[in-house]
Formats: sequence, C-alpha cells, structure tokens
Amino acid sequence: MIRLVVRKRAKSLGWGALVVYLCALALALFICGVLLRLSGRPGLGGLAILFQGAFGQSYSLLDDLVKAIPIFLCSLGVALSFRMQIWNIGAEGQFALGAVGATFVALSLPGLPWPVLLPLMFLAAMLAGGLWGLIPAALRLRLGVNEIISSLMLNYVGILVLDYLVFGVWKDPASFGFPMTAEFGPGGQIARMGPTLGLNLGKLHWGLLACPLAGVAYGVFLSRTRLGFELAACGEGERVARYAQLPYGFLVLLVLGAGGALAGLAGSIECSATLGRLQPTVMVGYGYTAIVVAWLARLKPWPIAFTSFLLASLRVGVEVLELKLQIPAAFGQIMEGGILLCVIAGQFFLDYTVSLRRPEAPVAPVASGASCAPGVKEAA
Amino acid sequence: MSPDLIVALLAAAVQGAAPILFATLGEILSEKAGVLNLGVEGVMAISAFAAFFVCLQTGSATLGLLAGGLAGSLMCGLHSLVCQVFLGNQVVSGLALTIFGVGLSNYLGTPYVGAGTVGFRQASVPLLAQIPWLGPILFQQDAMVYLGYLAPVAVWFLLNRTSLGLGLRATGEMPAAAAAAGLNPQRLRAFGVMAGGFLCGLGGAYLSLAYTHMWTIGLSGGRGWVAVALVIFAFWRPFRAVVGALLFGGVMAFQLRLQAEGTNIPSSLLLMLPYLLTILALVFSAARAHRAGRNAAAAPAALGVNIEPEG
Repeated sequence: MIRLVVRKRAKSLGWGALVVYLCALALALFICGVLLRLSGRPGLGGLAILFQGAFGQSYSLLDDLVKAIPIFLCSLGVALSFRMQIWNIGAEGQFALGAVGATFVALSLPGLPWPVLLPLMFLAAMLAGGLWGLIPAALRLRLGVNEIISSLMLNYVGILVLDYLVFGVWKDPASFGFPMTAEFGPGGQIARMGPTLGLNLGKLHWGLLACPLAGVAYGVFLSRTRLGFELAACGEGERVARYAQLPYGFLVLLVLGAGGALAGLAGSIECSATLGRLQPTVMVGYGYTAIVVAWLARLKPWPIAFTSFLLASLRVGVEVLELKLQIPAAFGQIMEGGILLCVIAGQFFLDYTVSLRRPEAPVAPVASGASCAPGVKEAA
Repeated sequence: MSPDLIVALLAAAVQGAAPILFATLGEILSEKAGVLNLGVEGVMAISAFAAFFVCLQTGSATLGLLAGGLAGSLMCGLHSLVCQVFLGNQVVSGLALTIFGVGLSNYLGTPYVGAGTVGFRQASVPLLAQIPWLGPILFQQDAMVYLGYLAPVAVWFLLNRTSLGLGLRATGEMPAAAAAAGLNPQRLRAFGVMAGGFLCGLGGAYLSLAYTHMWTIGLSGGRGWVAVALVIFAFWRPFRAVVGALLFGGVMAFQLRLQAEGTNIPSSLLLMLPYLLTILALVFSAARAHRAGRNAAAAPAALGVNIEPEG
C-alpha cells in the first residue's frame, strides 16, 4: 500500500507557482469546454471564439481595459479588507451606492463645468460607498455581527435602493417609462480619451486614471506606512492583533470604509463614463468579480491589475460567445467560479509538497490520533 | 385583517419557511462538523434546477426531490474536496461555489425558463387538516412541508443522541481531540458537509417543485445567504432554526401579499424587507449571545479552520 505524505514546503515555489496557476486555469477551461460540448456547442471551438473575442482585435483589448477599470478599483478595496481577514463581500452594494451618490450630485447641479462637477461626484460616490461599507464595520465592532453576511445583505439592499430611485423619484419623465434617470449634463460625463489624444481608443475613457492613482496609494499604504504594517499584522487574527495592542477596531473601520469608497468610486465612474446616466443595467456584478480577482491575485497590487484585465477580457469574450453561439450570459459566472475553485485547490501546491511513502520505509510510530491527520492519505 | 386572511398568511409563512429551514439545517450540520459553507446559495440554485429537470423528465416529484438532494451533496462534496484535501480557504471556496452554482443553474436553466412541472401539490392530512385554525395553517400543505416538520427533529436527534453526532460535534470543536479518541475527523467532516449539502439540496428542490412549479432564473433569491445567517441566529440549534425560518417565511409571505394587493409602497422597498430583517436578526442574536454568555451561543471552536497535515 502506497501512502501519500503531505508536508509544508520549506522554500517558496518561485516560478513554479506560474505552472500551478496555468494548470489550474487549464483545468477550469477544460471543464468549461466540456460544459459547452454537453450543451451541444463546439467545446474547443467555443473557447477559441471566446479568446478571439477577448483578445482578437484592438477594440476588444480596449473594451477589456474599460471593463477592467471598475473591477480593479473594487478589487483593491476588497483586497484591503481580506488582508486582515475581514471578509468584505459588499463591493457590489457599495458600487451601487457610489453610483447613486454620484447621480445625486450630477442631477442636483447639472450646469456645473466638469472640473467642478466630476470631483464633487467622485467625492459623493466615495462618501456614499464608504458609509455603506462602514455599516458592516460598525455592526461587527459594536455588536460582533458577522461582516460576511451583513455586507452581503447590504448588496441586495443597495441594489434595491438604486432600483427604488431609478424606478421612482429619479425616473426621467422623457424616458417613455424606462427605468433610467435623465442624462447627465456634459459636465457630469467623463470624456473618452481618444478624441483628446487624437487616437482611436474606442470607448476607453479618462476614468482609467483612477486606477494607477488607487493602485499606487494601495501599494504605498501597505508597504511604506506604519498603519499598513499593522494591517498586515492583523491578518493573524483579531485576538493576536488585540494582544499586540494594534488598533484593530480602527483598522476594521478603515478597510471597510476605504474599500467602500473605492467601490463607490468605481460605481460613479461606471455610470458617468459608460452610461452617462443611472439605470439598473449599471449593476453587472463587478463587485463579485472583484472578489474573485482579489483572491486569484493573492491580494497583491500588480497581480490585481493583471487579473482584473484578465477577468474583464473574460467578460468581453463571453459577450461575443453569447452572440455567436447563443450561450446564456451565466457562462461567464461559471467560468469565474470554476477558475476560482481550481486556483484555490491549486494553491495547495504552492505551500505543500506531496510525496509517496513506500510501505517498506520505516514508519515512525504514531499516536492513534496521527493516523487520522490529513497528512496521510491512502492511495489505491 | 379578517381571520381568513391571517390564516392564509400564516399558511404561506409555513410554506415560505420550508426551503429556508432545510438549508439552515444543512448548514448547521456542516458547521457543527467545523466546515463553514458559504456556498449554500449556489447549492440551492443547482439543486432547484436538478430537481426541476428530473421531475420534468420523469414526471416524478419524488425522484426530482432525490435529485435535488444528491446535487446538493455533490456540490458540497466539491467544497469538501477543495477545503479538506487541498486545504483551501473555506470562506473563499464557499464564495466560489456560490458564484459557480448560481452561474451553472442559470446556464443550464435558461432554455427552460417558463416551463412548468408537476412537483408537489397540496395534500391535506386526514383529520388533522380539520382542526380549526391550525389545520389550514399546518396540515393543508404539500408533502415536503411535512418532511420539513420531521427534519429538525431528525437533525437534533442525529447531533445530540447518536455517537455519529457526538463525533461530528467533537470534530467541529477540536479535531485533534476527536482524532485522539480514535475518530476520523476528515471523514466526519466530509460526512457533515455532504449530508448538510443533501438538506440544502432539499431546500433548493422545494423552490422549484413546490414553491413555484415553474422554472425561473434566480429562484434562490438570496435564501441561501439567509440560511447562513439563520445558523448564527439559531445558535447552531435545530429547533431555534425553525423559529428563524418561520420569521423569514412570514416576512416573505407578508411582502408578497402586500405586492399582490397592490399597495402604494414601491416593490423595491418591500423586497428589501427580508434582507434588512436578516441583518436585524444578526444584531438581535449578537445582543442575546452577549447576554447569554459565551458558551451558550458560541460557534463550534474549530469552525472555518482546516485540519493541517502534521510535519
């Protein structure tokens, strides 16, 4: 009988990690291909269409970039709280509140020029999103309410707040009954980059600038500030943090507030640049994709940027797939969930090694309990 | 409100409670064994479709129910695999399961939107259904609701009156001690997760087989998350889960009734009620837990912590 022995890796896998990620990705793609096949579409051909759609043309690459903007911003916010084991999964609702906050300013002060109006909109969005994020933080700190569930429930509530406004008091009388606000004034819309730069940049807009700003702030905060180090130390858990007299409560408020502000900013950029108004279609699940991104990227800023682009391109590819093969849009969700599951499983190999133990090898005498530990698994 | 209306509302509350109750009981089993499963929403979504599909193909609601349960077990087996064998983070794996499950359910279900199926119909219990008030509320329901009356007793019995249940609880509190006592914590956890998955699957099956009799997208509508919250509300106790589930079933019934009556309140505000109530329930249980002292309402000590290999 051959037994598998699992041990913690002594040293990091280095570039081998890339192999692990690629294998996990390949497995996820394989599963998706099989799924396409099972529903009567070409498996490999379908994946080819997906890649063609995501990366095949310059405009598809630009489209990827446009969709990566909100995902990146939300993901930074989510990653911030994941770093200290605060499970903020409320980016979707904070995104909605951000869109609402920005819309409130845009509709109240329609005549202002963009240098005044846009910053006000961003501010309102970050405030609204940040406050929405502070609700689970306060509930957790004051009452010990689990932030996973409260932040998730606030997603549903946030989206319904948006719906309420758009179907009700903010509905444009000239919209023929469609649930949407009036179009923002020219000062309330983020311009596209192409015309200003004299290049053909498709739908790419100046909101892109928020990404390097937020990314650098995230990196500097974590690696150059005292608070950032303390945040990393809080990742060991609340009891350790409190024992070490770290400002745990303050950090919980900070990560959820800042995360909410980032998601809110993403929401304001999305409705100002992409739609030019507020309507329910602004909610397409970027807040959930952001969670996938944050974890795939292991919470590091550069990988978050890269992974945001990757998952944004996945969305673009799936849109093409939808058109060409009449695939339901939910296929994108399957891919995201599948990739995440495969990668979490694969990350095991980053931290552990598995080796075979032959039966003739001297087996150390073990206590009865040890035989039940997962380290020793029986293989056929 | 007329008495008839109150009875109708309460009967609807019982019906609305059933799927949430099954899922909450399932999550209790899983968490008692030490595995946090945030995938309930996805599991319910998949099971709802599996049950619907099998019922549509075979014409048998019982087979559909079974398929829903098995689909739930399978999905949770995936969670078990990722967390127990590959030592993945339980929170993230659960979230991934939800994203995957909801996506797969919508993907497979899209061609069937609007299709109807037999499912379970109302089947009054002889004699008991004649009791004034209680009869129409409790005993003029479908077979799955009656199954729901038994489920908390069964889960309570399993956890508190059998050696298997003792092992499960030990694994959730301190796997090393369970192992030292000669138990196999990994196997027990896998059992807890997959048996819990079966119950969550029944909850999902209820949605398509008894609640609607029709396939629509987004059938689970956050009920899986409500179930995860109710486990905390219930202090991990099966009978308290009944109270929580009834509360939610009641709010959902009330909200649907109000919408049907055509009030002036915008539907988006009414739809918020269950989600706000979930947060309120958590606040309430946190305050109660504070008063009752730590041990009375504490989560299993090893909840969410994977069993690390030695060496």
